[in-house]
Amino acid sequence: MTLTHVVVAAALSAVYGWLAPGRARGWILLILSLVAVYWLSPPLTIYYLDFLLPIFAIFLAILIWRLTLPPDRSIGRDDWIALGAAGLVILALSATRYLAPAFRPTPSRPPDVIPVAALLVTLGALAIGSWRLLGGRRGTLLGLIIAIIGLFIVLKTEPLAVALSSLLRSFSGQNPALARASDVAWMGFSYMAFRLIHILRDRQSGVLPSLSLREVLTYVLFFPAVTAGPIDRVERFSRDYRALPEMRGLDARRFAQGGLRIAVGIFKKFVVADTLALVALNAVNAGQFTTPGAGWWMLYAYAFRLYFDFGGYTDIAIGLGILYGIWLPENFNRPYLKPNLAAFWQSWHMTLSNWVRFYVFSPFSRWLLTRKPPLAPYLVVFASQMATMIIIGLWHGVSWTFLIWGIWHGAGLFIHKVWSDRTRHWYLGLREKPRLKQAWTVAGTAITFQYVVLGWVWFALPDVQTAWAVFLKLFGAGR
Amino acid sequence: MTTQEPPTASELYTWRKGGRILLKALILFLALNVAFAVLTPLPLLGRLSWYNILVPGRERLPYGENLSRAYNLSLNSLEAMFASHEISQPKAPDEFRVLLVGDSATWGMLLPPADTLAAALNAAGYTTADGRRARFYNLGYPIMSLTKDLLLLDYALQYQPDLIVWLVTLESFPRDKQLFPPLVQRNPDRVRALIADYALDLDPGDPQLFTPDFWGQTIVGRRRDLADWLRLQMAGLLWGATGIDQDYPEAYTPRQEDFEEDRSFHQFAEPQPLTERELAFDVLRAGVARAGNVPVLLVNEPMFVSAGQNSDLRYNFFYPRWAYDAYRDLLRQRADAEGWLFLDLWGAIDMDQFTDSAVHYTPEGARQLAEALGPAIVNLMSQGGQP
Repeated sequence: MTLTHVVVAAALSAVYGWLAPGRARGWILLILSLVAVYWLSPPLTIYYLDFLLPIFAIFLAILIWRLTLPPDRSIGRDDWIALGAAGLVILALSATRYLAPAFRPTPSRPPDVIPVAALLVTLGALAIGSWRLLGGRRGTLLGLIIAIIGLFIVLKTEPLAVALSSLLRSFSGQNPALARASDVAWMGFSYMAFRLIHILRDRQSGVLPSLSLREVLTYVLFFPAVTAGPIDRVERFSRDYRALPEMRGLDARRFAQGGLRIAVGIFKKFVVADTLALVALNAVNAGQFTTPGAGWWMLYAYAFRLYFDFGGYTDIAIGLGILYGIWLPENFNRPYLKPNLAAFWQSWHMTLSNWVRFYVFSPFSRWLLTRKPPLAPYLVVFASQMATMIIIGLWHGVSWTFLIWGIWHGAGLFIHKVWSDRTRHWYLGLREKPRLKQAWTVAGTAITFQYVVLGWVWFALPDVQTAWAVFLKLFGAGR
Repeated sequence: MTTQEPPTASELYTWRKGGRILLKALILFLALNVAFAVLTPLPLLGRLSWYNILVPGRERLPYGENLSRAYNLSLNSLEAMFASHEISQPKAPDEFRVLLVGDSATWGMLLPPADTLAAALNAAGYTTADGRRARFYNLGYPIMSLTKDLLLLDYALQYQPDLIVWLVTLESFPRDKQLFPPLVQRNPDRVRALIADYALDLDPGDPQLFTPDFWGQTIVGRRRDLADWLRLQMAGLLWGATGIDQDYPEAYTPRQEDFEEDRSFHQFAEPQPLTERELAFDVLRAGVARAGNVPVLLVNEPMFVSAGQNSDLRYNFFYPRWAYDAYRDLLRQRADAEGWLFLDLWGAIDMDQFTDSAVHYTPEGARQLAEALGPAIVNLMSQGGQP
């Protein structure tokens, strides 16, 4: 999201609040989100792919909505209108191919209306066929989860993404030898995938509320959060969404809170983070620093750049959400000031860690605990924490460095768990000694921060060799 | 006594209150901008720098187009440029300060700081008869223009040089090159003062000289300069950490050796006599005059001489033979007539030591040039910097 995107979206919110009738607000959010998914997409080198990927995202959301509908819930008038609106928006966007580039919201010139209409009809037929064939069957939802994870792995694993790009290039008549992983960079897919899996898993567990197509489409593609989260929960989102008609259009409190949040986010992202980016550790300067001290401050610059960049984006997303009447969840809570690693992960990218805790850690540790013969409790904790952190690592990209970063944090969390279990009594005794307790908290915060910062070496650099060389140089070893 | 109820959300946030805050913010923003335009604090801000304090001073003036790889950038504030340079450190009592002024060859295109001409001269370890160590400062700056050189020389005089070595080449002389560099265009007051003080044959009203209106002097109008200042400071951290100040390509296109059958030079399609009307000798004269008591050693810098196709017509990409020969004659005559200290080192470097252009050279080329320059510098130093 660029500054222009933010300013335009914020300005539109004033018109939305001022002029949009209460009942139309949900529809307006849907249409804005459908358009924004194109408007925010970066241009891709494979012909028309930047137009087709959002169509597939919309198709996937519609398919999953239909397959997760409760058996007693039929497709209503509202859903048909939402389906029609999605189709019309896509057709209208393809018709902008005849406009000058400045008036097109798409990242590149879209394909002609007729082939797009034919594609929509084909996808519609495919969807009808899918839910007639698969609807209500056992294993359908699990199959969809596996399919989304499979697609996720393909897009996030460089060799597989290159192979996919090569295949798509062959289809489009472009040179497959020029295939790059960035050719298939599907904007926001990481977040969309986790939202869709959340819907599927909650339907499997029977806790998913009945949702309209409009709600699901807007939830999956909600434009302030489509590029960088937060990952909301659909039942929370739909509460806000359903309250939109009653919302006061020009509410000073909402505009003040949203506007202030956006201003803070813009400052964090475009002033602090972008300035720190000039000096932060990266693949180019990793091999160039000449003293360990220089390496350390480049690493600290990276740590703060990452925090202010991501935190800034989150502030902007939350602020824009507030302006439109959707109160997205928080993603950060002073993570670098936490006295231990567990607290860090309860305050860093909170919506992702909550998601993984909910859908990976808890079911996995429950499963381990019910195994026969029973496993040692520490082994259960170790395996669950390791699995959770590895998944969080690989969510950022399937590579050795992200895997090691996940293991780094999994190991850290396990060590902290063992340590806190063993020192619990002693720590409780510190209540009588507030100064010592304070000193202990300060030391814990410093150690946790340092551990997290060192972990960023794996996160920031593209390969293990470079990361290891930096690691050694930070401690005065290596060249 | 009654406890006061905390304000409710609807009391805290009202459009009237929000409007007042926005109005105050707008007034403050306008006031700051007007104050900025009136006080013009950019030169003062330019002098604020953590170079030479927190991070080492740069060994050459900031210049670069790829900040993320070069850890360097081009900017227009002379104050910021010099504040980031090692020359802004106090002069040591035993220092004999020599400034090298020139173009990209002197600046050291493709060369790390340790391989430039200044570094080669520093490595020679010259000392004066009274025991002062010669310290050479690289004040070369890419883009060929004598007026750009004069602007830098003029500014650098505040750093108490004992000797100035000004390396020039014909491409810096044509009139159309004088106001071409952005550095010249964005320092119009200094350039106009030099034009007026030395009666230079340049138009002080030339539209190329950027003259901002009142709003152009505000924070909004000068946001680029402010951002450049901040970027220069940030880039200093990486310069200090890595010692890199240039984007070194893995491979470069070598200087051109074969040419079209072309005798043209700037506005001249065919050979004709070159005079001071076409070449800015007045700027050279102004530089020597501006230096006052500080001796200026003028050096015709080395260049590549091609042996390729049509090399009977052209020496290299820049120069047809007729123009360069005429320029050398003219420069020699002018130096003799004016009593300038002058060295013609056009052939001081082996031809295989030129890199991507007819004037850029290798570390060995820098060493050869330093060797050729050395005797003249030693001679000047033995006279205590006096010609």
